Amino acid sequence: MNFPILSSLILLPIVGALFLFFTKDKNGNNLTAKYVALFTTIVNFLISIYLWISFDQTTSSFQFVEERIWIKDFINYKVGVDGISILFILLTTFITPLCIVSVNNSVKNNLRDFLIAILIMESFMIGVFCALDLVVFYLFFEAGLIPMFLIIGIWGGPKRVYSAFKFFLFTLLGSVLMLVAIISIYWISGTTDVIALYELGIDAKYQNLLWLAFFSSFAVKTPMWPVHTWLPDAHVEAPTAGSVLLAAILLKMAGYGFIRFSLGLFPVASEIFTPLVYTLSVIAIIFTSFIALMQEDMKKLIAYSSVAHMGFVTLGIFTLQQQGIEGSIIQMLSHGLVSAALFLCVGVVYDRMHSRLIKSYGGIVTIIPKYSILFMLFTLAALGLPGTFGFVGEFLILMGAFKDNFLVAVIASFGVILGAAYMLWLYKRVVFGKLVNEDLKQMADLNRSEYLILSCLAVPTLFFGFYPEPLFNTIEVSVSDLINMHNLNIASK
Amino acid sequence: MNNLNLVLPEIFISLSVMFLLILGVFKKNSSQLTFNLSLVTILVVIIFTVNETFSINRITLFNESVVIDRLASLMKIITLIGGFLVLGISSSYLKSFKIFKIEYPILILSSVLGMMIMISSNDLMVFYMGLELQSLALYVLATFNRDQLKSSEAGLKYFVLSALSSGLLLYGCSLIYGFSGSTNFDVIANNLTSNEYALTFGIVFILVGLAFKISAVPFHMWAPDVYEGSPTTVTLFFTMVPKIAALTVFVRFLYVPFLNLIDQWQMIIVFLSIASMIFGAIAAIGQTNIKRLVAYSSIGHVGYTLAGLATGSNDGIQSSIIYISIYVIMNLALFSCLLMLKRNEQYYEDIDDLSGLSKNHPLLSLSLLIILFSLAGIPPLAGFFAKFYVFKAVIEQSMYFLAIVGLLSTVIAAFYYLRIIKIIYFDKEKEKYDSDHGIWLKFSLTFSTILILLYFIFPSKLIEVVSRITII
Repeated sequence: MNFPILSSLILLPIVGALFLFFTKDKNGNNLTAKYVALFTTIVNFLISIYLWISFDQTTSSFQFVEERIWIKDFINYKVGVDGISILFILLTTFITPLCIVSVNNSVKNNLRDFLIAILIMESFMIGVFCALDLVVFYLFFEAGLIPMFLIIGIWGGPKRVYSAFKFFLFTLLGSVLMLVAIISIYWISGTTDVIALYELGIDAKYQNLLWLAFFSSFAVKTPMWPVHTWLPDAHVEAPTAGSVLLAAILLKMAGYGFIRFSLGLFPVASEIFTPLVYTLSVIAIIFTSFIALMQEDMKKLIAYSSVAHMGFVTLGIFTLQQQGIEGSIIQMLSHGLVSAALFLCVGVVYDRMHSRLIKSYGGIVTIIPKYSILFMLFTLAALGLPGTFGFVGEFLILMGAFKDNFLVAVIASFGVILGAAYMLWLYKRVVFGKLVNEDLKQMADLNRSEYLILSCLAVPTLFFGFYPEPLFNTIEVSVSDLINMHNLNIASK
Repeated sequence: MNNLNLVLPEIFISLSVMFLLILGVFKKNSSQLTFNLSLVTILVVIIFTVNETFSINRITLFNESVVIDRLASLMKIITLIGGFLVLGISSSYLKSFKIFKIEYPILILSSVLGMMIMISSNDLMVFYMGLELQSLALYVLATFNRDQLKSSEAGLKYFVLSALSSGLLLYGCSLIYGFSGSTNFDVIANNLTSNEYALTFGIVFILVGLAFKISAVPFHMWAPDVYEGSPTTVTLFFTMVPKIAALTVFVRFLYVPFLNLIDQWQMIIVFLSIASMIFGAIAAIGQTNIKRLVAYSSIGHVGYTLAGLATGSNDGIQSSIIYISIYVIMNLALFSCLLMLKRNEQYYEDIDDLSGLSKNHPLLSLSLLIILFSLAGIPPLAGFFAKFYVFKAVIEQSMYFLAIVGLLSTVIAAFYYLRIIKIIYFDKEKEKYDSDHGIWLKFSLTFSTILILLYFIFPSKLIEVVSRITII
C-alpha cells in the first residue's frame, strides 16, 4: 500500500473547499456549490468504505501508516488506523454528506461559505481520528474550533454569539493544559509518536498529572458533568447541520481520545482515576437525565440526553473490560447516528413551524405520518430498545460495569429508565395528543431529501441493531490488545 | 581595517541618510524621490547584509565593541525587511493626511540604522549610542502628524518617559562599568564576581530601561497612548521593528556578560513575562480603539517572547526569535487590514467600524479572520507554532508555572480576538469602504496572510535558519 489513502481522505474535503472558494457565491439556492460539496464528501465516503474493506481485521497494529518528516528531529506527520479509529472515520464520512443534503432549509444565506466550513471541518475531524502523533492530533483537535465557531456564530440562532464564545473558550481552556502535557511528554520520552510511546511507556510518577491534563481537555469536549454547560447552548443555537456535526462527530473525538491516549498512554493513572470518572459519569447519567425531563426546548432535551449518553460512554471506557470498551465504541457510533437523526427530526419541524418548543406541537401524527414513524424509530433507538443500534452499546457497557463495580452499574441502570422516560414523553407530547395548534395542519410531510437523509440513518440503526457483528469483528482485536497491554503495564508497575 | 566591509550596511545607510537630507533640502518637491531612494537604499542594504555577513559565524570588530554573528545578521535582515515594508505601505497613508514629507523616510532610515547598531553591539557604549539614535528618530516620527493634538501628545509622552528610562539605563551602565571595570560585554563576563550587589543593581536598572523600550509590564504605560496617537503607519513601525532590536539587545546583554548571574535575573524576566501576558490579555478586553487594542495585545506578545528568554537556554532564545519573527508578520498583516479601512480619504480605527465587514468585503474579512485566529494562537496557523516553540523551550527547563500561566492567558486573549471576529462576522453591516488600495498594501496583506496560513506546511524552514544561532 503505497498510495497515501489516509492523507487523501484528509485532503480531499480541503480540495473541495478550495474549489468552492473560487466559485462565485450566488445568493439563494446555490446548487452548484451544493453539488460540488456533495460530490466531494460522497467520494470521501466511498474511499473510506474501500479503506474498511481492505482493512485487515486480524491484527491490532496500525495500518495504512504514513510517515513524513514535518519538523526535523521533532515531529513527524504520522497517520494510521486501527480497529478503533477506522469506524469513527467511517462515521465522519457517512454523516457529512447527509449534513450537506440537509442544509436546504436551515441555511438561508452564504450557503457556499457554510459548505466550505463543513468541508474543512470534515478534514479536521478525519485528521483527529487517524493522527498517530500527539502534536498532529492536537493540531487537528484544536483547528476544528475555528469552523465550528463560525458555523454557530454566523448561521446560528438569536443567542448565537454567546453560545459560540462559550463553546470556543470552554474547549480552548480545556485544551491548553493538554498542550502542556504533550510538550512534557516530549521532554520525558523524547518523542510524540503514539506507537513509539505505546512501546516505551511513560514513567508512572508523571502519569497522574499528565492524565489530568488530558482529562481536562477530553472532559470538556465529551462533555462530562460539570463542564457540560456549553453543549446545550451550542446545540440550541447552531443550525441543524452544525448540531448534527457537533453531536455525531465532535463529541466522539473526546471518547476516542480517552481510549487512545488516556488508557493507552497512562495505564497506571487510568486505574487510579477510575473512581473519579465513575462518579462524574454516574452523575452525568442521572443528573442530566433529570434535567432533560424538564426541558421545554426539543433541541435542548436532545442535547442533555447526549450528555447522559456520553456519560455511559465514559463509564464504559473506564470499566477497562472488553465488553465495556467495545460497548463504548458501539455506543458512540450509535449515538452518532441516532442523535444526528434526532437533531434532523427537530430540524424538520423547526423549518416548517419555526419553533423548537415542545408545547407548540402535539397531535401531528395524523398530519405527517411518515415523519412520525421515523421519529419514533429514532426515539426508540435513543432509549435503547432491543433491536436498535442504541441497545447494543448500552447493554455491553452495563455488562462491563457490572463486572467491575456493581454499585455503579446499578445506579447507571436507572439512567436507562430515565432515558426511556424523557424520550417517550418527548415523543408523546410532540407527536400524539390533541391537536391544539391549528397552524400545524398546514405542515407538509417529509420532502424527498429529508426522507432520504432520515432513511439513510434509519437503515444502519436497524441493521446494526440486529446484526452488529461486522463492527465487533473490526474492533475486537484492537480492543483486546489494548486491554492486554494495559494489564501488562499495570502488572509490571 | 580589512574588516570594514562587514559594517558596510551601516556605513551605507548613514551615507544615504546624509545624502538624502541634502537632496531633500536643496531640491524642491522631492518627497517622492526621497521615498523611492530610501526604498532602494534599504534594498541595497539587505543585499549587502545577506552577502557580507550571513555566512559568518562570529567576528568582533573595533576593539571587540561590535559583533557580527548569525543572530546579528538574521535580526538585521528582519529589521530591514520590516522597515522596507512599512516605508512602502506608508506613502498613501501619509499623502491622505498631507504629511508626505522628506523627513519621514529619512527618520525611518536613521532609526533603522540605530537598531542595526544596537543589534550588533558588544559594548555598553555602542549599545547606548544605537538606542538613542533610534529613539530620537522615533520621537519625531510619533509626532509626525504635528497638526493633530493626539500625535503631538503621543510624541511628547514618548519622549519624556523614554528619556527617563534612558536615564535609568545609563545609571545601570555606569554601575556595571564601575564594578566590572569595562563596558565590553566579553570583558565584563570575565571580570564578573557574583557577590557584588552593585552589579545586580546595574542589571536591574538596565533591564528596567530595556523593558521600557519593549513595553513590558510594569513599564508599559506609554504604549497605548503612543500607539493610539501616532500616525497608523508609525504605530505599525513601533509595534514591529524596535521590538526586534530591543529583543536582540536583551539576548546579548543577558546571555553574554551575565549568563553566570542567571539566578539573579531569571526571576525578573519571568515576572516581566507573566505580568505582560496577563495584563496584556485582560486590559485589551475593554478597548474600543483598534490601535489601543493592538498596543495591549503587543504587550501580551512581548510577554510570550520574554518567556522564551527567561529559560536560559539556546532553545529558549531560538524560540523567542521565531516568536518575534512570526509576530512581525502577523502585525504587518493586521495593520495592512487596518490601513484598508478607508472611506473618502478618512481612516477608521474603532473596533465598531469593523462591524459586518464580511458582507461587503469578504476577502478582507477572511484575511482578518486568519490573522486574528493566528494572533490568538489557534492551530494550524503560524501564531500557534510561535507559542508552541516558546512553551516547548519553557517546559524543557521545567518551568511549568510559567507555561501554564502563559497558556491560560492565551485563553483570555482569545476572548478579545474572538470579539473582533464576532463584530466582523456576526454583526450588522455598515457602509462600504474604499476598495482601491495601493499595490504595496495589497502585496503586504496577501503575502503575510498566505505566510500565516501556510506556515504549517513547511515549519522547518524558519527553524533551520534560527537553529544555527547559538549564543551560549
